[in-house]
Amino acid sequence: MSDRPTELPGSIDPSMPGTIIRERPRAAAGPVAEQGAAPGSGDLTEELLKSDQWTDDMLARAGIPVGDVSLVSIGGGIGSFVTVDYLRVAGASTDRIKVLSNLDFPWQTYEYLTRVSQIPRSARIRSDSASRPDNLWGFPSYALTEAWQEKNWRELWHVFAEPMWADFYTPKAGRVFQGMERESKRIGWDQMLVKGQVRMVRKRQGGGYFIILTPKAGATPTKRVAYRAEYVHLAVGYPGLRYLKELQDFRTEHQDFYHVVSAYEEHEHIYEAARTKPITVMLRGGGIVASRVLQRLMDDRETYHLQTQIVHLFRTFIDGPHSPAEQKIRPWSKRPGSNGFAYQGFNYPKSVWGGQLKAEMRRLEGEQRLTKYKQMGGTNTPWRRNWQAAMAKGRREGWYRILQGTVDDMKLADGKIVSMAKTQNGPLELAADYIIDCTGLEADITEHRVLKDLLDHSGVGRNPYGRLDVERTFMLRGTQSGPGVMYASGATTLGGYFPGVDTFLGLQVAAQEICDDLARRGFCHKIGTFRSFSQWMKWARNKQP
Amino acid sequence: MLPTLGGRIQTRIILLAIVGGIVTAIITPFLPLQGAPLSVAYKTTFLILAAVIVVGIVWEFIYHFIMQWRWEKDWPTFFGLATLINEGVVIWLLLHFNLIPGIPGGSQNVPTSAFVIDFLAVWIVFWLWVNGPMRVFNIRWRFFGGRLV
Repeated sequence: MSDRPTELPGSIDPSMPGTIIRERPRAAAGPVAEQGAAPGSGDLTEELLKSDQWTDDMLARAGIPVGDVSLVSIGGGIGSFVTVDYLRVAGASTDRIKVLSNLDFPWQTYEYLTRVSQIPRSARIRSDSASRPDNLWGFPSYALTEAWQEKNWRELWHVFAEPMWADFYTPKAGRVFQGMERESKRIGWDQMLVKGQVRMVRKRQGGGYFIILTPKAGATPTKRVAYRAEYVHLAVGYPGLRYLKELQDFRTEHQDFYHVVSAYEEHEHIYEAARTKPITVMLRGGGIVASRVLQRLMDDRETYHLQTQIVHLFRTFIDGPHSPAEQKIRPWSKRPGSNGFAYQGFNYPKSVWGGQLKAEMRRLEGEQRLTKYKQMGGTNTPWRRNWQAAMAKGRREGWYRILQGTVDDMKLADGKIVSMAKTQNGPLELAADYIIDCTGLEADITEHRVLKDLLDHSGVGRNPYGRLDVERTFMLRGTQSGPGVMYASGATTLGGYFPGVDTFLGLQVAAQEICDDLARRGFCHKIGTFRSFSQWMKWARNKQP
Repeated sequence: MLPTLGGRIQTRIILLAIVGGIVTAIITPFLPLQGAPLSVAYKTTFLILAAVIVVGIVWEFIYHFIMQWRWEKDWPTFFGLATLINEGVVIWLLLHFNLIPGIPGGSQNVPTSAFVIDFLAVWIVFWLWVNGPMRVFNIRWRFFGGRLV
């Protein structure tokens, strides 16, 4: 069984990082039971594959070398970065932490995804001014730093006037990445990083865990290496990308990966085509990605005087204030919306990151929690004045059509892709040259092998949302192993006591809980007033923690 | 800001007492209090601070109620500054009608100019503090709705 995540056949994007797992096509054969390797071969034996708990002997028999480390963070993306950053500030030295990752730097996957979904370094991401993954204090905020460094004092007014007289301030992607680069050097990230693909994590008899890593072929004498750790932190990111079923079927049937694309893969060819001739682009989805792609199409139209036609199909068409998951509007739960979109400043209502909603969710269990998630859910996008103006112009001039509907079937006719849409006004045939799927539906957590293994062998459960079940401290329920503990943070934990997990600040909220729990267990210090201030001074002077 | 009701009240009581207390301690000698002796001046200004805190608890309930109409359940930065107007007016009225117990010599000893400078100084410094450096000293405060305990 290959270690590399299965790729969609014919995918045209070789630059996509291996961390983005795409759903296996339905036509593929069922999962093949992995065969154990021979003892002493440095690979996983039958004994190891089958046993829920491992002993040191089992690994010795398999010939897999074992390294000892106090804490391992699996993932190596922004989730690991933020958590390790907290731990370094809390006094953990670099020799007690290892980060196992196939990324070269923490923002690699994030930068790829933002770039292809039309947020280059010069554009602004959808994130708050005080949500700084490179600065756990959030001070100075991005707005303050931008104002100071670029002498752009308007941004101070911006954060003063938001959100009433200005859109919420958001930082430029480039500023975020540069900040993370500076901080990763400061905390000695490269000293802790071990490159490779993590295969599985299992409990160790006697306490702690074994983590199996597959380094790049040829980098080590054995195929696998193992780490024995007391604490494990899991931050592997989104379980996977998925296409809408009808788009997936079309791509597979026609072997066409050019005209029907996901916004999360490289699709610059569509914008290039728009510059050469008048085309019709269909967009599916009503979130931030759809907004960014739309902005790109509209901006190019303006800049290059194009005749691009845009058809925007919304499964859920919001045309006024609404209460998500409710039949009628509730006055204390009213979210704005218009022209198909629901508007919300950030991925979640702001108070999930420390205010009322965070406190409420922390108290809820099971069905109640699920209901609360639904009541704040539904795809949404920020209100940005420049977008609103451009979209209004498009609707007025007729080149931007908005429709409610879902698509049952797609076919090729006269060189165009025709979607048979089912709208509230009856069936409709919509023709387009290109279709961009901006829905980015996420696959189930079992699409990720490490997570599936944990569910099968290590007592990990699912929360009401279907993702990993974690405590308020982000400890993975059911995984205690002697004094050892496993934590998980990020997108894989969505549905728990804290709603905003897959965000910068959300990762920091989780990191803080994890750090405090580890401090209680003696791994590091608790970050109190004095340590916080002195560490901030070190941050400000770019000195090691 | 992303406050909870409990957090608002704790921040109001504890932080305003500390930050407001420091500011009050520093500026009182410079206020135009018609040559009142320092002890009288300090008693006056600290009583005003206490009034802002106590009356403020009632205001926090009102702000919490208003906040329920916001989808984001946030309290924008601007609101934190703008509320100096309604709070300042109420405290001034209480002063004017001698409803703050213990002010030495009664309210006629507190010229409006002194009150305005005192109130503005405390409010603005407090507002700048909670929207900025506070996070450097307490990393949990902003994630728990403003709670300090």
